[in-house]
Amino acid sequence: MTTVGDREAVVLDRIEAFRRRRPRLTDEVVTLAHGAGGKASAALIDAVFVEAFSSGDRMPLADAATLTLPSGERLSFTTDSFVVQPRQFPGGSIGHLAVHGTVNDLAVSGARPMWLSAAFVIEEGFPIAELHEIAAHMAAAAADAGVDLVTGDTKVVGKGAADGLYITTAGVGIVPPGRQLGPEHVQPGDIVLLSGNMADHGMAVMLARGDLKLDADIRSDTAALGHLVEALLEAAPSTRWMRDPTRGGVATVCNELARDSNLGVVLDEALLPIAPAVVGACDLLGIDPLYVANEGKVVVVVPPGEAGAALEAMRSHPLGANAARIGEIVAEPQAIVVLLTSFGGTRIVDMLVGDPLPRIC
Amino acid sequence: MATDVTTRERFRVTGTVQGVGFRPFVYRHAVALGLAGFVLNDSAGVLIEVEGPSAHVAELSRLLIDDAPPLARVAGVVTERLPPSGAAGGFRIVESDDAGSADVPISIDTTTCADCLAEVDDPHDRRFGYAFTNCTNCGPRYTIVLGVPYDRPATTMAAFTMCPLCQAEYDDPADRRFHAQPNACPECGPQLMWRDRDGHAEPVSGAAALDFAIAAVAAGRIVALKGIGGYHLVVDATNESAITELRRRKARDDKPFAVMVSSLAAAAQLCDLDEAASAELSSIRRPIVLAPRRQGTELATAVAPRLPELGLMLPYTPLHHMLLTRLARPLVMTSGNLSDEPIAHDDNDAMTRLGPLVDGLLQHDRPIHIRCDDSVVRVTSSRLQVLRRSRGYAPQPLNLPFQAQRPVLAVGAELKSTVSVAKNDWVVPSHHIGDLEHLATYRSFLQAVDHLPRLYGVEPQVVAHDMHPEYLSSKWAADLGLPTIAVQHHHAHIAACMVEHCRTAPVLGIAYDGLGYGPDGSLWGGEMLVADFTSSHRVAHLRPVRMPGGVAAIREPWRMGAVWASLASGADAAFRRSLQHGVDESTINAVLDLAQRPSSPMTTSVGRLFDAVAALIGGRQRISYEAQAAIELEALARTVDRSDAPRYDGCITIDSRFPDVLDPGPLIDALLADLDAGVDRARLAAGFHEAFGRATVALAAGVAARHDLDTVVLTGGVFQNARLTDVVDSGLRVEGLKVLVHSRIPANDGGISIGQAAIAAFATN
Repeated sequence: MTTVGDREAVVLDRIEAFRRRRPRLTDEVVTLAHGAGGKASAALIDAVFVEAFSSGDRMPLADAATLTLPSGERLSFTTDSFVVQPRQFPGGSIGHLAVHGTVNDLAVSGARPMWLSAAFVIEEGFPIAELHEIAAHMAAAAADAGVDLVTGDTKVVGKGAADGLYITTAGVGIVPPGRQLGPEHVQPGDIVLLSGNMADHGMAVMLARGDLKLDADIRSDTAALGHLVEALLEAAPSTRWMRDPTRGGVATVCNELARDSNLGVVLDEALLPIAPAVVGACDLLGIDPLYVANEGKVVVVVPPGEAGAALEAMRSHPLGANAARIGEIVAEPQAIVVLLTSFGGTRIVDMLVGDPLPRIC
Repeated sequence: MATDVTTRERFRVTGTVQGVGFRPFVYRHAVALGLAGFVLNDSAGVLIEVEGPSAHVAELSRLLIDDAPPLARVAGVVTERLPPSGAAGGFRIVESDDAGSADVPISIDTTTCADCLAEVDDPHDRRFGYAFTNCTNCGPRYTIVLGVPYDRPATTMAAFTMCPLCQAEYDDPADRRFHAQPNACPECGPQLMWRDRDGHAEPVSGAAALDFAIAAVAAGRIVALKGIGGYHLVVDATNESAITELRRRKARDDKPFAVMVSSLAAAAQLCDLDEAASAELSSIRRPIVLAPRRQGTELATAVAPRLPELGLMLPYTPLHHMLLTRLARPLVMTSGNLSDEPIAHDDNDAMTRLGPLVDGLLQHDRPIHIRCDDSVVRVTSSRLQVLRRSRGYAPQPLNLPFQAQRPVLAVGAELKSTVSVAKNDWVVPSHHIGDLEHLATYRSFLQAVDHLPRLYGVEPQVVAHDMHPEYLSSKWAADLGLPTIAVQHHHAHIAACMVEHCRTAPVLGIAYDGLGYGPDGSLWGGEMLVADFTSSHRVAHLRPVRMPGGVAAIREPWRMGAVWASLASGADAAFRRSLQHGVDESTINAVLDLAQRPSSPMTTSVGRLFDAVAALIGGRQRISYEAQAAIELEALARTVDRSDAPRYDGCITIDSRFPDVLDPGPLIDALLADLDAGVDRARLAAGFHEAFGRATVALAAGVAARHDLDTVVLTGGVFQNARLTDVVDSGLRVEGLKVLVHSRIPANDGGISIGQAAIAAFATN
């Protein structure tokens, strides 16, 4: 009977309208959960920074800001801080991350990354030899990404005032004319792609940190995505939206997409690319790889007509060899991410408040 | 003579008194007693005014309580003496004023009454063989209600226009179907429809549809059957290969299936039923009753592998009745879903989700508005325990032992979710909603948090939720914008049991379960709290251990086994034991290492301790449904009488500090030594239950004395374990303590929303 279904739909809409509102900040002090990339982080940023820094229609929310010059040309501008233990891990170091992270934020905003700055906060007693090494990693990463490190700053703090080394980079890129990416362009029926295996970086760092006693060859995927993204955008010029699934993983960026586009994201468990060694490590730790960080991957939404070309373009690039179609955009359920499980169920993949904690009993 | 005195009285009747044939019942008696006056339904219940000889008025007053219709639950009758008006003119039923939202509970869905069944079986009756026969004494209610007041347009029967014969019944105050909102007959009511699995062949409707379904089940096929609260999957319970095929298609390895039988006599052939079990099985609620199964029955072993109990139910619709009669054999009637997903109740959803699992679907065109699973109760030693409170129980209100300070919505936990509303002196728990992380379940949750407050006219001023920050229900509550109260999980468990026993004074609550979020951020589950509705204080708990790999340690009990074995007898011994149970070397090493790391959460869960013991003595190493290892451990223990169980006195140490710590480490050590010495596993299981239960008693008795408490509450999912409950309950009584256990409110997380609602309703700020 349609009246029942219609009524139900109205009710669900009304209730979900509440749910889509961004989380409120109720805490009195900053906790680690505020840095985990989930709802608590979003609440902190909203309540403190957006509140203080917004003016008019300018909202400093996106990972990269697009700035229009008087000439009409557009720049993309971003910044990121890097804190990681250990500083060296299989596949890279904090130096690689500091360059790749900022380059990738520019690339997924649709810009061609051009210039970077780097600022260092160094703890007293830090070995100069390691600093040399990390600087060399940054230089190599920048050269590889085709960007120039053009300015910087160095501060040294007393022993105990910092944990070794913190690096902050900022980056500027040029947005080619005609590029329009954003959640507002995403439509039901669009296809969700992922450029390669999930969860490599997060698991590599955990193993390097000794969080899991396991002999597994898992390397961080840290890489600059500029060239891959350019190839993709050439093959699929109507690409709607892109994000690099770093902290919080694929699940978190898909949730941000669902929230910002007010559409549903349906992921298919059987299609998610992941290395067997990473699956094994995640199983041991009881961690869902959908929430684990990547540093060289991009989640892309393209119209169905360009999905094939987009996938082919990514797979032709060394960084996209394992690219896969992982899901699609639906009108309903609104603003929710779900996972079609391998036995045919439909599980909600929610944005976490903080770090993962068992819910089942 | 007193009988000659004319009096006029007004009776205000409250409770479940609408939609249950109350007005025709009053009408019949008033007319028979020669009284004048009227009866009407209003937003508060039923209002009656009668005038006549005082003895006759008094007789009516008595009948209101003593002879109320079967589905009515009279909460109260307030009588008021009025001056006689002297007006004659007989007795009439006045039409409803449907003003305002009702304080009147919606009736439960109940089994078909004997009168209706007789009609269905009578070849000369116009309802012969009609699957949707019902009257004011029986049939669907809660599952078809869209809103209040309860009237046909506000039900899913709105689309069916009654034929003249049905309308005449509906309009006749003397008829059993007077204002029976779901009234229907083959001419004007809902129809059955049979579809084959692919939906290729034309659907067959009417009586022929039932013939197809019966032929399919008889041939060993799997049929999806639309019932009262959702779909069942039906298969011949004596056909081993058909059931094995059902398990394969449903992706359900071991979890037992419920069985429907035609009669109490047929049930008694399959299970040992005591008086309490028989009574509940044949009650109008018709739940699934778990009872000890008999050996050597015709049932296929795949119905409930390795378990000493069987879930039985009796037919509760005319359709069930006809199926069972014609097939003349027990039928598996399991929830129409895939694995742990919620049961299908929407027809399109059923086609999509169940289509691939079944050989055919027997559907009908009366929509189900509220999904409502079969309720599950367990009867052990004449003690009845509701494990899943749903169809036949929901949405019946429960009394609060105090006046609510404000209207409350409580959103429950995450698994076995229910929601509740509270107002005045009552709390109404919803039907069983299920595990929220499934999208379909979450939709049911969203529907319930909207529907239930509207049905009961509750405009919540506060929303109570669990402290767990990642429960979808907690997040929903936080985003709602109303004031919220975070209620600690085990405090809510204890409060639910206090509501059941109308207790307000402080108790010692023993809450043993799988896990619940503690205020210290660790995962609690072996707690003794001094609690009332205002506050709770942790006075004792199980020794905290790490859960290596978080959720993975729940899915893989061997991990908790390794943790406890390593605490008891060292990492090397733990390593060897895990290896014996078929786990590979590098995995064991990684897990034992994780057990030392702060990244693995700390827990005091007794559920995890039971998992550990089960795994260590050779039971489940990995589970395929919730609490499987612990359930099988209990089953094993119950094969040994308590008096024959080995004793491990003094093997659990109580570390007296504040809070006290219960450490079963030495017990694990002793059990493992006996295991190595060749002691039978069943005796070890029984010995563990005995020792852990007795240690609980010793600790609780000490704590109760120190805090001057005389009453102990046993709550949490672990107290669904009948053996443990028996040991603890009898031990505490010997200590002179009063023991409150769950009966009508689930001890598991299905009861959480009730406890949350009570705590939030009691609070004044």
